[in-house]
Amino acid sequence: MNRTFLTKTLGIAALATGLALGGASALAQENTIRIGAVAPKTGPLAGGAAVTFWPNVELWQHEVNARGGLLLSDGNRHRIEIIEYDDRTDPSETIRSVQRLANNDRADFILAPYSTGLALASAPIFDRLGYPMINVSAITDQVPTMVNRYDGVFFTLGQTTPIAQGVARLMAELREQGQVGNRVALVNVADAFGIELANAARGIFEAEGFELVYTTSYPPTIQDVSPIINSAMAANPDIFVAFSYPPDTFALTEQAQVQGMEVDAFYTAVATNFPAYVNRFGDSINGNFGVGGVNPDDPSFLEYERKHIEVTGSSPDFWASAYTYASFEVLEQAIEGVGSLDRAAVTEYIKNNTFDTVMGEWRFEDQHIKNYWTVGQWQNGRFYGIGSTEGMPGAATPIMGQ
Amino acid sequence: MTRKEIIGLILVPVAFIILAFLPSLPNSANLLSLAIPIAMFTVLATSWAIFSGPTHYISLATAAFYGVGAYTMATWLDVLPYPVILLIAAVIGAVFAAVVGFATLRLSGVYFVIFTLGLAEMTRQVFVWYQNNFGGTRGHYVFTDITEAQIYWQLLALGLLVYLVGWWIGRSRLGFAIRIIGADELVARHSGIHTARSKVLLFMVSGAFAAVVGVVMAPRFVYIEPAMAFNPQLSFLVAIMALLGGIHRLWGPLMGAIPFALVWEFIASNFPAQTILLMGIAFLVVVYYIPNGVAGVVEGWYHKLKAAGGEKHG
Repeated sequence: MNRTFLTKTLGIAALATGLALGGASALAQENTIRIGAVAPKTGPLAGGAAVTFWPNVELWQHEVNARGGLLLSDGNRHRIEIIEYDDRTDPSETIRSVQRLANNDRADFILAPYSTGLALASAPIFDRLGYPMINVSAITDQVPTMVNRYDGVFFTLGQTTPIAQGVARLMAELREQGQVGNRVALVNVADAFGIELANAARGIFEAEGFELVYTTSYPPTIQDVSPIINSAMAANPDIFVAFSYPPDTFALTEQAQVQGMEVDAFYTAVATNFPAYVNRFGDSINGNFGVGGVNPDDPSFLEYERKHIEVTGSSPDFWASAYTYASFEVLEQAIEGVGSLDRAAVTEYIKNNTFDTVMGEWRFEDQHIKNYWTVGQWQNGRFYGIGSTEGMPGAATPIMGQ
Repeated sequence: MTRKEIIGLILVPVAFIILAFLPSLPNSANLLSLAIPIAMFTVLATSWAIFSGPTHYISLATAAFYGVGAYTMATWLDVLPYPVILLIAAVIGAVFAAVVGFATLRLSGVYFVIFTLGLAEMTRQVFVWYQNNFGGTRGHYVFTDITEAQIYWQLLALGLLVYLVGWWIGRSRLGFAIRIIGADELVARHSGIHTARSKVLLFMVSGAFAAVVGVVMAPRFVYIEPAMAFNPQLSFLVAIMALLGGIHRLWGPLMGAIPFALVWEFIASNFPAQTILLMGIAFLVVVYYIPNGVAGVVEGWYHKLKAAGGEKHG
């Protein structure tokens, strides 16, 4: 074999492969459904998005394509292609990325951005471009205003006030059963979300006749939470409620354990239902209450959790993760239901149909889901939904005296 | 007024009128989402340079004024007509700058930089404290019918205004005084210039503009929260763009804002996962190769061209 022959052969082989690949990619381009995804990969909210948002995008793409894609009315299955953008937790960049996805990348659909602020900022642009927007991590009391203004914007995870009231109502029930006392310590992180939640909860606690023995707020950048735990313990509460963010959720839990706080019920908010919480504290947080929840014994959740770990290598959280995946399932089922990529028809379909999701059966009323988990509890290494707005199936009974 | 100034006074408004037709172009939505940040940063960076250019006081307080403007909008939107809110924001921005200025413009150099950076954070904490104790359950939402095109036009109008104000200051006694202060503050004081008052006046101008920009931009974000309204990144970007463009000319920051936005757009759309890394490298390259800013380079070309032309004639 001489060198020229080898070079020629290699050249032809390369050319052939190139043509084949080129042809394949041209073919794929024609048939794939282009889905845009924009959320933080950097900036303050990158951590939350890395748990709740991005792994679900990966999982969804994997699942849909493993089936061969979405079945449209032309009788063919179309694979989905994800186009990702990092908005750096900057709403201006979220808006810009949505524009870019619609105009430059010609995305057929765009997944709702992560977090309340970024989602609300981009809702007008989704509306103007005519894309349906199924929100998950946008928790706001302004749902009625939003759905009034924007025709294709949907909400799934809940509204601020009912979520904050969930824990207060649950405590009232437990008090009636004689499980908890009357004295409440209520603390909150002094940032938009924590303030809204704390104010809503305070109203219910007061209306239910609880005695608020200690209330305070602390800055989001807090390093040392021991003064808060000290003061709370000095007030001798029966119930400790903290509307906290991820870093302080962990810090408060740890400090309460270190100082040996003994209460009938201990509640922290955001990230309590994260797998990292139980990984860090193990059995010691058995009985702790937290925001949101799922039914972790539900077969469809178990199946979802198994696939999530298998495909992405990480566990889903016990609240917004499954909701996020369910919102993608809604989009998927609506596209297949319509049988085409007609966005207006898909929006109409979402409004008028029932969806079978990992979170159970979903039907949108006034563009939002009305029945959702508000409060849950760690029970033997799993986080169970306990309270919900209209009675979710599979609600667990709280375990007390831990 | 020189002939050059008269030509400028005619050409600049004409350029702005031409730019105002951008929203009627086809596919304008896409252009607007690029043009709005450029216009916003041009206004912010130019008004920043009106103060920081001649005085050499690097202010990182832009986010503080911007955030105050955004909250002014969120607080009074339901109560007051929109133009009144614009005016109030300008007044609040100016008064805020005056208070801060009188307290701090005696500081010089790095102390002032650090103070202004802290100011944005402090303002943010004050707003959080207020919202926490008196704000009630609602976050701040800005629901309006103001469109992207209208936001763009307002920013253009502000841009024109900031150029007029900058040009007027440049040829006024105040501008003259401030250039002397920039060159040597001690000499200025000994020549009988009221240095503190001059500096505070300019700081007020830049504060007022930043606050008004905050009002104008608020409807775009619908949901106003302190972390976003008082984002320190904004202060840094404004300073970077102004320095990139060059602060010795009024049109310098414009030369910074446009290439910065275009490079950013190119990087963000082609390398979405490495945006900040590549932007950092791009910025290092710029600082290393064009230390005098884009305006300096453009002026260099202009002089070369003129010299070449002169040779031909001579």
